[in-house]
Amino acid sequence: MKQFFSFVKKEFYHIWRDKRTMFILLGMPVVQIVIFGFALTNEVKNSQIAILDNAKDEASSTIITQLDASKYFEIRQNLHSYPEIEKAFEAGKIKMAIVFPQNFSEDLHHLNKAQIQLVADASDPNVANILTNYATAIIGDYQRRINTNNVLPYTIDTETRMLYNPQLKGAYNFVPGVMAMVLLLVCTMMTAITIVKEKEMGTMEIMLVSPMKPIMVIIAKAVPYLLLSIINIASILLLSVYVLEVPINGSIVLLVFESILFTLVSLSLGLLISTGAESQQTAMFISLVALFLPTVMLSGFMFPVENMPLPLRIISNIVPAKWYYSIVKSVMIKGLGLKVIWKETLILAGMMLFFLTLAIRKFKIRLA
Amino acid sequence: MVTLDKLSKTYNKGSVLAVDKVSFEVNKGELFGLIGPDGAGKTSIFRMLTTLLLPDEGSATVDGFDIVKDYKSIRNTVGYMPGRFSLYQDLSVEENLNFFATIFNTTIEENYDLIKDIYVQIEPFKDRKAGKLSGGMKQKLALSCALIHRPTVLFLDEPTTGVDAVSRKEFWEMLKRLKTQGITILVSTPYMDEATLCDRIALIQSGKILSIDTPQNIVDAYPDNLFAIKAESIYYLLNDLRAYTKVKGCFTFGEFVHISFKDKSATNESDILAYLKEKGHKNIEIKAVTPGIEDCFIRLMTEETN
Repeated sequence: MKQFFSFVKKEFYHIWRDKRTMFILLGMPVVQIVIFGFALTNEVKNSQIAILDNAKDEASSTIITQLDASKYFEIRQNLHSYPEIEKAFEAGKIKMAIVFPQNFSEDLHHLNKAQIQLVADASDPNVANILTNYATAIIGDYQRRINTNNVLPYTIDTETRMLYNPQLKGAYNFVPGVMAMVLLLVCTMMTAITIVKEKEMGTMEIMLVSPMKPIMVIIAKAVPYLLLSIINIASILLLSVYVLEVPINGSIVLLVFESILFTLVSLSLGLLISTGAESQQTAMFISLVALFLPTVMLSGFMFPVENMPLPLRIISNIVPAKWYYSIVKSVMIKGLGLKVIWKETLILAGMMLFFLTLAIRKFKIRLA
Repeated sequence: MVTLDKLSKTYNKGSVLAVDKVSFEVNKGELFGLIGPDGAGKTSIFRMLTTLLLPDEGSATVDGFDIVKDYKSIRNTVGYMPGRFSLYQDLSVEENLNFFATIFNTTIEENYDLIKDIYVQIEPFKDRKAGKLSGGMKQKLALSCALIHRPTVLFLDEPTTGVDAVSRKEFWEMLKRLKTQGITILVSTPYMDEATLCDRIALIQSGKILSIDTPQNIVDAYPDNLFAIKAESIYYLLNDLRAYTKVKGCFTFGEFVHISFKDKSATNESDILAYLKEKGHKNIEIKAVTPGIEDCFIRLMTEETN
């Protein structure tokens, strides 16, 4: 046991004395959360629009005021002729243009029918969709208000409720994703390097000619990174709750427990890579290509797994981050308990055992 | 204490023969030297004896344990210092020593008397990182770490390569003191001049043992009379000597060329002097010398290749 603690202490020295790496390890989650939280948001806010108001009457100006007042739109320019619309899009300054025909108010009140044209920049189809929906909603709102006096014969009102995330905040989606990514990166990459480094430095040669058992070497290598990861889990959760205002709806104990389980899976995976790889570069490369990309692509964090072709959906099952991502979403956002996520938990536990056993068995007790 | 029986090792699926049926024995408390140039197979032998590599053929025991079957017991008892500096560069001198003491289930205090002579020399720098030590100090630290668990057999793979002359001398003195503690020491070196400092040596070349004996016996077994010749242009001198039919062996040795003759004729000396003068060499100097280990090694090596 004394051997073991001495080894762990040595690992801590390695990490602690490599200030740059340690800074990356502890700073990465903070930076990622901040970047995803503020810079890379896919929410649509304050979109610049242009107005071509050919009517300039009471109805059109009311609608324009309401558009401008909403937090989704900001009127950037008022246009005077149809060709100007295209120019404004070409300049790339606006996302949408709204055109009112002449006699808009008159048509509305006398013919009971008027048209508004929404011209959106569909080079980003999602944004174009969202913007036209918002604008339609605002216009519909106006329509309902002028209709309060005369009752329409039939109306169906759709009432939408956004469950778990009523404000449709992007953070609800990416906090679980970033947690999966950061934990996987920190744990896998760093442990992947750590055993190979001893091989490269020649220290493995002495270590082998000693009573140290392979299992002890492997576990001792994992312990410091597990502790570092717990710090990371804490900092991500604190940032999510207090900076991004994503609540933890479920049990925090369960969430931390699941995160530690996922950390252990990542650590085992890193150790497995490390026992197999011959150089630090190889280890880095394997963890980047074989782990990082599938984590981003196939965990469901960036792209919904359900929409992928069958082969990719099958492959996504062996990506540990997929299961963890779904666990965090269930516990943190939906507030569900172990009863719902026991299957995912078991899968992660199984993966950990599998990787760890393989790592210990693959650990070379000789040089060649 | 250490026995090797027809130990062989190949690399690249048998295409490179690194160690070719090597057999020898090292007695308890002996300082045994494995002498040979780079690539002779010294490191491969050491790695097999320290259980780091599996032999292809043959067997060996260390302290009575088989190197394949009982590798765990060997790893508990031997001390090993690889050819390359292999301590943790980002750990201080003291931390390194402490670490190796603990993983061998001992403490610095317990075996301090064994390493004291060596460790006192680096103790003033005990807070310095191992990576920042000079070559000689690194070797002393590595030796301390290899000794800290009081091994029965100590394997030192080229401990003096890349170390300055003074530190080399000190290092060998340390080894002599360790011998008095009853530790069996196997040391390899490419430096022939260090051979005489061992109790017994094995000369090795291309994976084969050329000769095993005490350094004195090996030198005494040199059959020919040896002469050292010097002239102004050593390059032409060497060429002309090689062309001379009576010369058996000839190779440069510092500023001299060492030659031996095919027969022990008394006129050899004057004959060659006349031959070289005729070839136009100036400032010729010739003297009889007693052969050293290097002379023996080269003779054995040429015999082997012929």
